[in-house]
Amino acid sequence: MRHNGSYSASPRIGLLEWLPWAIGVAAFFLMPEYLSLGARILIFILYALSLDLVVGYAGIVTLGHSAFFGLGAYAAGILSARFGVADPALQLLVAMTACALMGLATGAVILRTRGLTLLMLTLAIASILLEVANKATSITGGADGLSGIVVAPILGLFRFDLFGKTAYWLCLAVLFVGWWVTRRLIYSPFGASLVGIRENHVRMVAIGSPVPRRLLTAYTISAVLAGVAGALLTQTNQFVGLNVLSFESSGELLVMLILGGVGRIYGAFIGPVVYMIAQDMLAKQFPEYWSLGIGLLLVIIVLFARDGILGIIDRLVALTRKEAR
Amino acid sequence: MTAVLQTRGLCKRFGALTVADNIDFTLEAGARHALIGPNGAGKTTFVNLLTGRLSPSAGTVVLGGEDVTRLSQQERIRRGLGRTFQINSLFRGLSVVDNVSLAVAERRGVSGRLFRPASQLSEVRDEAMELLRSLGMADDAQVVIANLAYGKQRLVEIAITLAMKPRVLLLDEPAAGVPSLETHRILDVLDALPAEIGILIIEHDMDLVFRFAKRITILVNGATLLEGTPEEIAADPRVREVYLGERHE
Ligand SMILES: Nc1ncnc2c1ncn2[C@@H]1O[C@H](COP(=O)(O)OP(=O)(O)O)[C@@H](O)[C@H]1O
Ligand SMILES: [Mg+2]
Repeated sequence: MRHNGSYSASPRIGLLEWLPWAIGVAAFFLMPEYLSLGARILIFILYALSLDLVVGYAGIVTLGHSAFFGLGAYAAGILSARFGVADPALQLLVAMTACALMGLATGAVILRTRGLTLLMLTLAIASILLEVANKATSITGGADGLSGIVVAPILGLFRFDLFGKTAYWLCLAVLFVGWWVTRRLIYSPFGASLVGIRENHVRMVAIGSPVPRRLLTAYTISAVLAGVAGALLTQTNQFVGLNVLSFESSGELLVMLILGGVGRIYGAFIGPVVYMIAQDMLAKQFPEYWSLGIGLLLVIIVLFARDGILGIIDRLVALTRKEAR
Repeated sequence: MTAVLQTRGLCKRFGALTVADNIDFTLEAGARHALIGPNGAGKTTFVNLLTGRLSPSAGTVVLGGEDVTRLSQQERIRRGLGRTFQINSLFRGLSVVDNVSLAVAERRGVSGRLFRPASQLSEVRDEAMELLRSLGMADDAQVVIANLAYGKQRLVEIAITLAMKPRVLLLDEPAAGVPSLETHRILDVLDALPAEIGILIIEHDMDLVFRFAKRITILVNGATLLEGTPEEIAADPRVREVYLGERHE
């Protein structure tokens, strides 16, 4: 179940790949009381997917992805609360544009570096953005958060209801588009060259690949996807808090992705589902053990299951196949 | 004879250490030229200067009559300069054919396409397979590099570079680390290369050098000590001294 773009990989969508969507639709009808949690999970799946594109496929290690998630969230929120634009499509569009520009501008500078330097730079950019949002209270609401956000009915038809039904469908639909685009990219020649860069940066340069441009493209696309996720969070909550830009948000996201499995597309699905459901059940009951538990879980994954839950499943499947023979 | 690759007064210093010392070198079209010398003589550095991976402290590199000293690796590749690495530099998590396909796609200029599935570009994979077949490696096409025998990895190293269809080929110790029983496979591959490609080979295996090269240059301490035909080199007493590790007075 590895999804690696290459010139020999068939891009056909397998039966198993429809499973998340079947679950997503079924969950709406089976668990109506959990729709707001469901919408948040869908948003984080999109966010994790955007991270998988850069970390898992292009091999760009970043701890500052919250910069784009937060920028998208604030762009949509500010547009509504300060400029009175309530059209959800327009809010998404502005968030995407802001993140594309930000991704291009910062990526052009920081992607020249690699490894630890790059990691620190991504962190620095997210910190700067957080500080700006914190200080520019007249625009962002600062530490109090940004409220007064209005989201008009989608297509003039579906209004955002109290139970989060509309929000859930919106998130599911947008995630579907985001997944489809990401999957297309991964199976494209561009996706294959990203894997090449991840596998061997030096050799990609030596075969004449425009590596910096490829990385910048991947980074910008990922920024846009993260921005969309952020904007969806704004529309769902009709509120933006500083925490969308926090380092914890980036760190938590990385934990989710590693938990699910990096560089596999569906690791970005499983990670947030498991993490956020566990958080919902355990963090309230045992708040004092939650962080400890996550820390231990991460240690176990890194030591024994480098490729996350999906990697474990892969190995189990391989094992049963061997025994069946 | 025309020169396809030339250096004039090429120098490279790492701090106080001079690794390329005023090198004047000419590679003729279709050449079979070997560069030999003791470890640390500066051979790999010389290759890196030619490809643009390193920039020289002084001197010029001329490729096909054009001064390319200031050009990037990528621009030199586009002008037909290919190289292999002394230490395997492969895409270890990918299959053999995917390794070669990446290079084919770059050369064909299709590697930046964003939306069409890569596997629909069947001409890329076909060309990669064809190349592997010509190297006698068709059976290993699906094997992931990490699971491939070392000698075969050296052939993939060459295959990736050949996929770029270079006019000038720089081979940095293609047989390094290969058991001597298997070096003949590398030599077979080298012998079968198109005659019009100008080849510079760095190699320690003297059998291979003397069977393959029509011309030999000896590099010692970053400077060319001697250049000539294999017969001239074999007859020169200074060569013996260098290879016995004695300093020439
Ligand atoms: N990037 C570098 N920085 C400093 N010294 C280097 C560097 N690369 C190579 N050297 C030194 O230059 C000398 C020549 O190295 P190299 O070109 O690899 O020799 P060869 O390939 O002939 O064995 C060695 O002494 C090596 O330590
Ligand atoms: Mg060397």
